[in-house]
Amino acid sequence: MIKVENIVTKFGDITIHDGVSFSISKGEIYAILGESGAGKSLLMKEMIMLHTPTAGSINILGHKLDSINFTLAQELRKNWGVLFQFGALYSSMTIGENIAVQLKEYTHISKRMRESLVLSKILTVGLDESVTDLYPSEISGGMVKRAALARSLAMEPKLLFLDEPTSGLDPIGARNFDKLIKELRDILGVTVVMITHDLASIYSIVDKMAILADKKVVAEGTLTEVLKSKHPFVEKFFSQYKAIRECKHV
Amino acid sequence: MDNNLYLNYDINGQTMKLKSHGDWILQNIAAIESSLKKLPKAKKISWDVSGVDRFDSAGIVLFIKYSKSLSSMSELNMIGYTSEQKSLYDFLTHSKQSKYTKRKDSYLEKLGKSTTEVFLDINNFISFLGHVVIAILSLFIKPKNIRFKETIYHMQKSGINAILIVGMTAFLVGMVIAYQGSVQLAKFGADIFIVDTVGISITRELGPMITAIVIAGRSGSAYTAEIGAMKITDEISAMKTMGFDPFYFLVLPRIFALMLVLPLLVFFADIVGIFGGLVASYMQLNIPAAQFLDRLHEALELKHYFLGLIKTPIFAFFIAIIGCYKGFSVSHNTESLGLNTTSSVVIGIFMVIAIDALFSVLFTKFGL
Repeated sequence: MIKVENIVTKFGDITIHDGVSFSISKGEIYAILGESGAGKSLLMKEMIMLHTPTAGSINILGHKLDSINFTLAQELRKNWGVLFQFGALYSSMTIGENIAVQLKEYTHISKRMRESLVLSKILTVGLDESVTDLYPSEISGGMVKRAALARSLAMEPKLLFLDEPTSGLDPIGARNFDKLIKELRDILGVTVVMITHDLASIYSIVDKMAILADKKVVAEGTLTEVLKSKHPFVEKFFSQYKAIRECKHV
Repeated sequence: MDNNLYLNYDINGQTMKLKSHGDWILQNIAAIESSLKKLPKAKKISWDVSGVDRFDSAGIVLFIKYSKSLSSMSELNMIGYTSEQKSLYDFLTHSKQSKYTKRKDSYLEKLGKSTTEVFLDINNFISFLGHVVIAILSLFIKPKNIRFKETIYHMQKSGINAILIVGMTAFLVGMVIAYQGSVQLAKFGADIFIVDTVGISITRELGPMITAIVIAGRSGSAYTAEIGAMKITDEISAMKTMGFDPFYFLVLPRIFALMLVLPLLVFFADIVGIFGGLVASYMQLNIPAAQFLDRLHEALELKHYFLGLIKTPIFAFFIAIIGCYKGFSVSHNTESLGLNTTSSVVIGIFMVIAIDALFSVLFTKFGL
């Protein structure tokens, strides 16, 4: 479904990625991990055509992003939903309008049907119907994330890009969000690509992951495969989890 | 029998056999809904969904909506669904439904709301003004609170950096007046009085007003945008938690800077404006520069110059205070930033003209 090959990204003299490759298959929940500044968000931006890599190729849903034309790119964009780290809801629109904006622009659905679709999305992500007419500034941070997820689902995407979906949420909210992502995958069959630091998400819902360090992918695969890696960053990253687990045993 | 890409039905007496097929996905929803709307009524309906190839949650939502309305009128029986369709159906119907009704304001309510908003805005502005006055007065007790560095920074930004645009505007205005005036004055052979026209109108009215309008457009908007953006990013809240009063850090430096720098800009604009008139007079009426300046000495009393200059700190005060006030009224969305910046400029320019008119009346009353 997604194939990333030998991505090189440079800003002037600074190299962020130096030959990053991985591939994601249909129906997977795929996590991109790495320390801050490792270029995770940038990699995601390159996958959703917000930034062009210096070299390398990205293939999404059978389209090569470096040689895609404008019309095809516009079509391709309708196939995915993006959840930005801070929601990026349009602040001058209500939550309902935020979710409806693409439906209004790209389909000819009647107003009443659109309203029921918006409502179904709002309920799907676990929000209350009363938020429909509120503005993003009037709801809490956790609700903004849910509303933004509802918006990213509006066009029935096959592919979801989530940038740190559980950051800034309380542990209970974060686990509920994980559950929701898993349900979306199981029931709607969407493929999920997410950037995350949340060990609990990694252990509970992520199928496969790529770990970015030293400008490259240092470990890739399922959790058991990744845990075998001897790279210092990978060991350090997962040692936290082991420490927590040991605390529990004591 | 009615055939359709997504739906066909077969009526036999009081029972209808409904069969859906094709792709029940978002892109086709509009077409499917229009054929669902055309369904005739029947007492018993059996709805066979086994022909559906692809479906997504939008398709299921449509299905749920119409199966609900159909089952309220007749006996509905659903057959032929797959386990995937069933699980998505359950997923979408299980989400709790709340009893929320959308409130819509009547026209009278809207009128009332916008009226109170206007009064609230005036009220807020007056309290903001009061706050500024208190802050200024308290500076006499605690002069340490004067932020010299910020004030000088804003003097540079709103004053020195504006010299070019102010100079160009004043030069062109001076030229235009000289050109227009020269045509009229030449008719009477009173060519030399162009000097009086240019000298008095520039120093007394046009220099201060044009400069203030340029600055209202340039700095008033900048103040609103800067403070407004700081409000959106919660920087103002951060300042408050650290005990930094935004009035001392943001508002007063801008007000003082503009009040100090606008008279200087007007002084500059007066010179450039008269120079513009001089150039135009030479080109149009062949008045040599030396003669122009000689006449200027005789014609232009010092009082005109001072009467023009005395207004400028007051212009500056209002431009700055409106700019800051509008910045603080920005709410947490990007649209309100634009609206407040626009209204800051519009109100600022209006205030400049209104105050100028007030001064004109006053000066005439006192025979100045």
